[in-house]
Amino acid sequence: MSKDPVSETPHVVIEDLVFRRGRKLIFDGLSLTVPRGRVTTVMGPSGTGKTTLLRLIGGQLRPDSGRIWVDGEEVARLSNRRLYALRKRMGMLFQTGALLTDMSVFENVAFPLREHTRLPEELIRTLVLMKLEAVGLRGASDLSPAQLSGGMARRVALARAIALDPDMILYDEPFAGLDPITMGQIVTLIQRTNRTLGLTSVLVTHDVVEAMAISDQVVLIAEGRVMDSGTAEEVRAGTSEWSQQFLGGHPDGPVPFHYPGSSYRDDLLNDAGRDRD
Amino acid sequence: MRGATVIEFLSGLGRSGLHWLAVLGRASVFLFRVLLAQDAVVRRFRLTLAELYSVGVRSMLIIMVSGLFVGMVLGYQGYITLVNFGAAEALGGVVALSLVRELGPVVTALLFAGRAGSALTAEIGLMKTTEQLSAMEMMAVDPYRRVFAPRFFAGFLSMPLLAALFSAVGVMGGYIVGVGLLGVDSGSYFSQMQAVTDWREDVMSGVIKSIVFGFVVTWIAVFQGFDAEPTSEGISRATTQTVVVSALAVLGLDFILTGLMFGDL
Repeated sequence: MSKDPVSETPHVVIEDLVFRRGRKLIFDGLSLTVPRGRVTTVMGPSGTGKTTLLRLIGGQLRPDSGRIWVDGEEVARLSNRRLYALRKRMGMLFQTGALLTDMSVFENVAFPLREHTRLPEELIRTLVLMKLEAVGLRGASDLSPAQLSGGMARRVALARAIALDPDMILYDEPFAGLDPITMGQIVTLIQRTNRTLGLTSVLVTHDVVEAMAISDQVVLIAEGRVMDSGTAEEVRAGTSEWSQQFLGGHPDGPVPFHYPGSSYRDDLLNDAGRDRD
Repeated sequence: MRGATVIEFLSGLGRSGLHWLAVLGRASVFLFRVLLAQDAVVRRFRLTLAELYSVGVRSMLIIMVSGLFVGMVLGYQGYITLVNFGAAEALGGVVALSLVRELGPVVTALLFAGRAGSALTAEIGLMKTTEQLSAMEMMAVDPYRRVFAPRFFAGFLSMPLLAALFSAVGVMGGYIVGVGLLGVDSGSYFSQMQAVTDWREDVMSGVIKSIVFGFVVTWIAVFQGFDAEPTSEGISRATTQTVVVSALAVLGLDFILTGLMFGDL
């Protein structure tokens, strides 16, 4: 591969992104850059569009306006053929693992190899076992996805995501709902995968501690915009009230505890409350 | 007050019409893309074979059992009517014509929608809910080629074969009751059947109907799975829609096709 794994050319550039779902504005002029060969974490409260951002980067959704470049190619303008060629160079780890339920663990990891290469069966077997060994699940190769725990499913999905040796991996909530041991395993795997393979990693999560520990760059998003960004230390030391509330997990602040609505007194005492029935 | 109710009714009707137009538009685009991906049926023949087994072979039992009972009832009812006119020997023709022209394609399509159609919808809907389709797309694997095209082709091909099986077993059901239990002459049963059943007019009209029903039912089933809201309630609704919409489409199309093929409408 000719590309320098940690070069100054950004891997992903997002410029003035605007995206709506129905009438709801998800991104309102969001811009950010993902450096090549580094771990970038996008954090924000639930419902801010973190997963949507990954789908926009992967070309599964198209922005209403603004541009997204991945590896120098503008995603929304690519033909289907070129978009699929780009996707072969990126892996995605879904929150649920998204393993194909009619195949064994082995077949799931072999799936992208069988679909995109004409490698002999023996070589596919060797590659699959190597990928499974890397995530510690070689012994589980004959199990079906239904027999795996949530953490194991995510590790198998990671083995599948790296099967074609991509340049970049997108992680959608990789730590959600995991016990401490499994979370530690996933954190280690993300770090190891990033360092040994020189991949660009983009994580979206709201698990502050784990994400801050492994990220080279942290981007905080809310209300459709970037609220803060920088290294973990820079973001932690930032003066933004919003960032401090999010990182400190304070229940009230710039993000209010109460969902906006009419006055509590009016709701309880006035006819408006009764009309609802 | 009354005017407001009428306006509400009309706006509701308009909303519903727009909703169904939007669904029809999405379904048409979906069908177009599935048809464009049909080369995958040959290129990925092993997948197609697996789907033929799942959709076609595994529906055979219910089709055969239903065909047998429908044929037996036809034999019994036909005999009761014909014997009044001293024409019990014509039973074979009555059973065969009823099955080949109408009951074979229609009942098979209804059973097919309930057995294979609902399974297709649920399977694809669950793949969507568990992000398997998204995962395929992100692995640069086109779900239209990998998932939809083989299933669509398998359903389309299976339906006419299952309808033929239904009619064949139904004829034997009529034979068991008519000849075995009610004493109609065996030779008359088959010779009447051969005499009154025309290959082009009767058999081919049934085959054409079953091909059309196979196409429509499979289209509805695969599309409903693809279009399902990715929740358990959404899948439940999509599965029900498959059976209900397929049944209405089959019965409506049967009337139109019968009118076109036999004229006089």
